[in-house]
Amino acid sequence: MTTLTTRPDAGAAPAPVPPRRRVRNPFHTNWLRKHWYAWAMVTPVVAVLGVLVLYPLGRGIFLSLTNANEMNVGRTIGENEIEPTYDFVGLSNYIDVLSGAEGTFYSRLIWTLEWTVACVSLHFGLGLGLALLLNRALRMRGIYRMLLILPWAVPPFVAAFGWRLILNDKGGVLNAVLQGMGFNGVGWLSEPLAAKFAVIMVNVWLGVPFMMVALLGGLQTVPKELYEAAEMDGASAWQRFRAVTLPGLRPVSGTVILLGTIWTFNQFPVIALLTGGGPGGATNILVTEAYERAFQGIRDYAGAATYGAIIASMLVVFASLYRRWLERQTTGALA
Amino acid sequence: MTRRKSITALAATTALAATLAACGGDGEQQASADQAIDDPQSVSGTVTWWDTSDATNEAPAFKDLIAKFEKQYPKIDVEYVNVPFDGADDKFKTAAQAGDGAPDVMRADVGWTPTFAALGYLQPLDGTPAMDSADDYLDTPMASNHYEGKTYGVPEVTDTLSLLYNKEHFAKAGIDGPPETWDELKDAATKLEKEISGTDGIFLTADSYFLLPFVYGEGGDYADVEGKKITIDSPEVASAIETVEELSADGVGTIDTSANKYTNMQNAFKSGKASMILNGPWAVSDILSGAAFKDEDNLGIATVPAGPEGQGGPVGGHNLVVYAGSPDLAASYLFVKFLNSSESQAHVAAENNTLPTRASVYDMPKVAKNEIIAAFQEPLEGAVPRPAAPGAGDLYDTFTPFYEQIMGGQASIQDGLSEAQQKAKGAIPGFES
Repeated sequence: MTTLTTRPDAGAAPAPVPPRRRVRNPFHTNWLRKHWYAWAMVTPVVAVLGVLVLYPLGRGIFLSLTNANEMNVGRTIGENEIEPTYDFVGLSNYIDVLSGAEGTFYSRLIWTLEWTVACVSLHFGLGLGLALLLNRALRMRGIYRMLLILPWAVPPFVAAFGWRLILNDKGGVLNAVLQGMGFNGVGWLSEPLAAKFAVIMVNVWLGVPFMMVALLGGLQTVPKELYEAAEMDGASAWQRFRAVTLPGLRPVSGTVILLGTIWTFNQFPVIALLTGGGPGGATNILVTEAYERAFQGIRDYAGAATYGAIIASMLVVFASLYRRWLERQTTGALA
Repeated sequence: MTRRKSITALAATTALAATLAACGGDGEQQASADQAIDDPQSVSGTVTWWDTSDATNEAPAFKDLIAKFEKQYPKIDVEYVNVPFDGADDKFKTAAQAGDGAPDVMRADVGWTPTFAALGYLQPLDGTPAMDSADDYLDTPMASNHYEGKTYGVPEVTDTLSLLYNKEHFAKAGIDGPPETWDELKDAATKLEKEISGTDGIFLTADSYFLLPFVYGEGGDYADVEGKKITIDSPEVASAIETVEELSADGVGTIDTSANKYTNMQNAFKSGKASMILNGPWAVSDILSGAAFKDEDNLGIATVPAGPEGQGGPVGGHNLVVYAGSPDLAASYLFVKFLNSSESQAHVAAENNTLPTRASVYDMPKVAKNEIIAAFQEPLEGAVPRPAAPGAGDLYDTFTPFYEQIMGGQASIQDGLSEAQQKAKGAIPGFES
């Protein structure tokens, strides 16, 4: 109130008035006029991101704060219009899940972490090993490379069904081979521990080629001179690997490990199609659990959205911590 | 000027058309029912039918019927889509809720029908040609179509779980006839495993639907409709599982808990590596294609053995339902009527060895002389209807993983059942868990 009346008195700076005005209304005049072209160029991207990412994300978070399910959401079927009747319930879905009251969250989380760590480290280890083997003059290198990439070319859907036949307890190829060699057959899909082993094995089979190709690309960017210099300094093969190859690979390996972790954490098809989360839910990871909530029985949209929001936030936290760690590592290595 | 005028005119017409369409409402639905009754030949349109029957063994009989239907109603096109039974309810719900891509007519399991109806996806069929001679339907299969005073479908086939056995194995092991109690079955299975090397006396699948005959034998069920309670953790279910444990012990039989369990059970029985299974008429076409049943007479069919408190398999089967959002309701009614006429049912029954739902069809010569249908007659008479509450049909999927855990030895019966009970909370709206 008083500022308005005192303002004329405070007019001590008459000179910069015109520029100030411009600054005051940046959105209406100059700024938009100056950058309209840039805005026009980003509008499609903003619109697409809004429709494909922001709206679903917002909608998901909203649903996770309600008790929405298939019975009470609004829908129009032909001429029957059904009004939504779900309520806002605040954080109670999250409390149910995170307090363990609802039962399965923590056991699923532990298995999801075991699964992710096992798969990613095997992916990376085997992928790096194969990449090193292929990154040298070798007869018929092209053929090896193609054969090793093959699993990646098989859609996970098809691969999972194929493996389901191979791993079948009775009459599966793998058990037939084992029995032929005089061992007992293993209940690959019917015993929890064996089933966990089986899903990890199939996912490793599927994921190694990607790591191999990515790391092979990375290896080829490491300057040859560094190896020569290291050799001149009398570095052993192991020392060259540790001091030249690994740091040289870091930009590539950092990215593929991050991607691999996120993909594996959410690797739906292998588990859903190979074991269906079974036996007895033993191989269900968080995403397959969320799927079950969303699509089994009377669909529990709120429960599934809660799982989705928790999974997304865990991955966001992981990704940002990992990035920060990686940055520190790379700057450290360079310095 | 002229251009602007024409745009205004266009806008006005569109608005008018929209208002008219909106006014249609119930009147239009009534109109399509009337048209289908009064002048069926004038009805035109496309009917998409999602059939969930076995694509190799059962579908041809239905395709014959479609050809006949299209001849009789040249203005109606039928688009036949075979959808795998597993997951078909999911696909239908997704499409129905989105209002896009749902079929006009769907073959829905009896357990799905009340759920679909409660969700508002189905068109009531009362007073439409689809209900043609509805008095002829057997009571139990028809019952699953009623929901809150309206009829949402007509039964296409009915079935129940029965004891299927290999007669040749029985003869070799010196067993006279099918066992009548679970104790007798255990003795028979033990004998079979001993006498015929490389076979399992009985091959069970760790699927909660296939547990029902044991549960009914104890006088229990998974839901108590009168008491509005889910009863998975009841003592009856626990004793049923104890019986299964005895039967799947070494030297008696086996149980499969893997994702391939149903196929493994079928394959073992078909190839003579299992002497007994529990399965329904839908599996017979497949079984008869197996090496052990080149001679059809080798397949024995009997009522499931009795427990201490009861006997019978669950009533299953499929209904034909019409999607409420179908743009071709009149054509859909006519299609359902045709598909479920006595002649059509007799054709399907004779081709597929499945059980028709019309009383009159059982007397038709084609069906009356079919020995397999006759053999299922007795199991069907003693079959137990399933609770017709929306969501009750989903309890099986909820309970199965816990049943697998119990049979796999990862959970005790008590723990497994109480966790399943907990998980089933809210599965049937309004039921206590």
